Amino acid sequence: MDARRRTVIDPKVRMVGFVTPTADMPAETAPGTTTTTTQASGLSQAPATTVSNFSPSPVIIPPPQKAAAPPVPVPSPVIQSRPVEIEYPSAAVVGSNPSDSLLASSSLPSSKTGIFMSDLSSVKHLTAGTVDRPGERLMRPLDLLAASMPAGTGTIGVKPGKGQPTSSSSSSQVLPVRVGSVPKSTASKPEPQQATTTEASKPLKERTSKAERRAKQEAERAAKAAAKESGGEKATTGGEGGIGQSTVQKESKAQKAKKEHVPERKGPQPSEKKGTDKMPEKEKKKEVPAPRLQFDDQQKVAKAKRRSLVEQTETKNRVELFRHLPQYVHGTQLPALEAKFFHDDTMQPHPAVYQVGLQYLTGEIVGGNARCIAMLMALRSMILDYTTPGEKTLVRDLMARINNNVNFFITCRPLSISMGNAIRFLKARIAKLAVSLPEAEAKASLVAEIDKFMQEKIVFADKEIVKHAVTKIRDGDVLLTHGWSCVVEMILIRAKEMGKKFRVVVVDSRPKLEGKGLLRQLLSKNIQCTYTHMNASPYIMQEVTRVFLGASSVLSNGTVYSRVGTACVAMVAHAFSVPVMICCETYKFHERVQLDSITSNELGDPDALVKVPGRNDLSALEGWADNEHLQLLNLTYDATPADYVSMIITELGMVPPTSVPVILREYRKEPTI
Amino acid sequence: MFPAGQLASTCHPYMIIAYRAGHKMKVSNLPVTEVKTGLDIPAGGVTFEWLRQAEDASLHRDQEVHTVAGVYGGQPFSVIEEFNFWRGKPELAEAVAAIKALTAVIKRSEASTMMGLEIELRNASDALKAWDETSISLTAGCNLFLRYVTRTSAVEYEDIAAGKARLIERGERFGEISQKARRTIAMLGQDFVHDGCTILTHGFSRVVLALLKLATANGKRFSVICTEGRPDNTGAEVAKELLSVGIPVTLILDSGVAYMMEKVDMVLVGAEGVVESGGIINMLGTYQAALVARTMNKPVYVAAESYKFARLFPLDQRDMSPSPRHVDFAEPIPPEVTVENSARDYTPPQYLTLLFTDLGVLTPSAVSDELIQLYL
Repeated sequence: MDARRRTVIDPKVRMVGFVTPTADMPAETAPGTTTTTTQASGLSQAPATTVSNFSPSPVIIPPPQKAAAPPVPVPSPVIQSRPVEIEYPSAAVVGSNPSDSLLASSSLPSSKTGIFMSDLSSVKHLTAGTVDRPGERLMRPLDLLAASMPAGTGTIGVKPGKGQPTSSSSSSQVLPVRVGSVPKSTASKPEPQQATTTEASKPLKERTSKAERRAKQEAERAAKAAAKESGGEKATTGGEGGIGQSTVQKESKAQKAKKEHVPERKGPQPSEKKGTDKMPEKEKKKEVPAPRLQFDDQQKVAKAKRRSLVEQTETKNRVELFRHLPQYVHGTQLPALEAKFFHDDTMQPHPAVYQVGLQYLTGEIVGGNARCIAMLMALRSMILDYTTPGEKTLVRDLMARINNNVNFFITCRPLSISMGNAIRFLKARIAKLAVSLPEAEAKASLVAEIDKFMQEKIVFADKEIVKHAVTKIRDGDVLLTHGWSCVVEMILIRAKEMGKKFRVVVVDSRPKLEGKGLLRQLLSKNIQCTYTHMNASPYIMQEVTRVFLGASSVLSNGTVYSRVGTACVAMVAHAFSVPVMICCETYKFHERVQLDSITSNELGDPDALVKVPGRNDLSALEGWADNEHLQLLNLTYDATPADYVSMIITELGMVPPTSVPVILREYRKEPTI
Repeated sequence: MFPAGQLASTCHPYMIIAYRAGHKMKVSNLPVTEVKTGLDIPAGGVTFEWLRQAEDASLHRDQEVHTVAGVYGGQPFSVIEEFNFWRGKPELAEAVAAIKALTAVIKRSEASTMMGLEIELRNASDALKAWDETSISLTAGCNLFLRYVTRTSAVEYEDIAAGKARLIERGERFGEISQKARRTIAMLGQDFVHDGCTILTHGFSRVVLALLKLATANGKRFSVICTEGRPDNTGAEVAKELLSVGIPVTLILDSGVAYMMEKVDMVLVGAEGVVESGGIINMLGTYQAALVARTMNKPVYVAAESYKFARLFPLDQRDMSPSPRHVDFAEPIPPEVTVENSARDYTPPQYLTLLFTDLGVLTPSAVSDELIQLYL
């Protein structure tokens, strides 16, 4: 809702808010544990046959109106419909042992995942596959918790003792109760009430008097102090660790967790209101700036983890300076992800979104523009298939849906700044829709807006940039570029088509070696190229006359946030007084200011550094994770200070880096609201 | 000396008019207008083939425009002659002359719609720009006027006669506006001149002269060192002008800038054009003077009217349209020797301290700010 709050590479904490409803649902079954079992067994047989198994499974209480809703339409995805092949290391183990699924391993045969994106029937398959084993479904909400235990050799989230026996071995009936109780503010609340709708819970708010609230806060504070005294052990113990024990501490922890939660909430989901109701006014005011989750804050991470959708496998040896960033997770968590998303209709990503998400995950779609276009296309088809459920308004419900889908994208890979901007734009457009507008018209206008955004901000912008940039290429120039920026590629090819005579130096860097892709493109156009690695850049820079670089984002102090290595190239160029030109569409500009590459960045796969292709003898890094004295850092982005940038080429013309705030001021008034 | 009202206008002269016309400064950006030209994206997705086609189409269109401009040059009335007539007047800067010439085009225009008038003007200005590609202030003047016409025509969409009258009035008054801008700059800039200081100046600039004269008139005592300014001998002209108001002048060789710099308190130059980066394009030797001043930590001030702001962004000296200048050498030189001499050079913004403009005293980075507001 609040677009401004949404910053960019937003951490996993954001998904926190959306897990709550999922966790809420099983609470329904709480009163009698026996009912849960029967329902669970009922679930295991029923859904495999019908299309409606796409809709929530019986364990979860579906939103009332959902019963009337038609089966979820599954269009064939608009974007490249090639299947995504994902390798699962342990895919062979299927259902042999229910506890297996609690680990990061897959519960699906990989063949099914392979075709899964292409049509509805395979989606059915998949769901059937997941549901096959009774009991497993019930465990799902706890996958994460449980999984972190065996794998929990890392520093954070080790949950010793109490919780373990129940979650791994004991009957599954108990588990939902525990999960269900978490988001509720107090355990003392009568269970049936929790399931009631928002209207029912509203009076509750009035009932808690000021004195009561104060008392509660006091208790909380005391509990906190006590927890601190008793040392780190308790701090790391999950608040929900013990099931039967409802001590004051446990209760207060749950409350605290809720508070942590609050800033991340997005308004529209009605189920969340239950949680918000009890929040004191003070907290509400504080709500505004949601700080990004710092991943080195153990308590917060533990909390976020509990609610997270994905396994957060612990990267073993974290690099000290970058502890606060979400650590790289391997793409093997798909099963857990599916389980989280697919068993709840409201959480469930649209098939197109799912496909694109997986393509992010596997690295099939890379590059700022490609990712942004793919995302917009996916959201576009989501909007096309969207029908407003009865009793809900399109604006609010659609916004919630989009949030869910965007969350899915984030779980696959952190959003880039440009994608954040695009989402911001889309949300602003949704928020602006008149409530009275018929659904069909609203959808049409949104789709038109998305199309317009893609055309104007990306396609035409690129075209303009190319037009501007080629004027800076003269005959006899030696142009240097780094990595593979699609705009730079277009510029070089265009300049060649215009008959300019120039030479290109492609500087590449490990581990991605993206420059090779660019090199292939350029060579196919008969452009004269030199290919070299980063180490040689100071040498090669002597003969270079212009440096063209792409950017992931340009921040308002002129800092260029781009693929790692850009800063190095820019600095070398600066040292040789070679003008550095950054080609970047204005939709990638961001108001944020960043002075270094540490505060916000994305961590890549550390394992990518281990192997050098063609050099099997270099095995020093193998098994690096076992060496506690060794940490591997694979950064994805870096920040180039404005001093090293001569010019930023945008679709609005060529501007110095100092003019970025001007462009933001003049052009962003409207999309950001 | 001047009424306060004159100084109050820290807004661009064209903008003032735009506001007066009730035009709510709707910033229309160029790429978007391009977008509207009937290119429809296929619903399915965005492909690069499609992009290329569109690009080719737009290139083709550009060529057409150029041929039209060529035809225009052949017509009996010539903008260029008109321009040369105005340029002959001593007090008029080149940009002003260009705008006067364009005003003449409007007067003669038989276009029945604002759109038609706009196209006619665009062709005329293209012809002017093509006639002298090297002149930055000419280009800037033409662009500025066209920009104004576009904005006005958006307001006066219906009534061509009224729109035309407004444009003509505007064009006629431009000389006056330019004078006023000069006075504003002199007023703002003279504060930086203090008693007993020594100012180095390079090239002949009406604004710099106005500034120095105003400072003397306000009772400041200072001396000026001026460079010879080969081959145009601008130094002698400046010296003559300054002596007439009683400012002591020292004349030095262009190559003596570094030698004299230790005695200098500040460098004050005019500009032919101020570019997007905040740097300036000015008479050959300015860059060198700025470099020396920077090395010796002396401030470099530039006095320039805002109509000299141009949407250019040279990356280095060769990145401008060349403007070769013939030089006479006292000794005859063998023909094998290549003589390279440019009329002007580009001074990057990091060597400039401040710019005195009619929009106020700006840092170099603020230039781009103004330009973006003006042109986008």
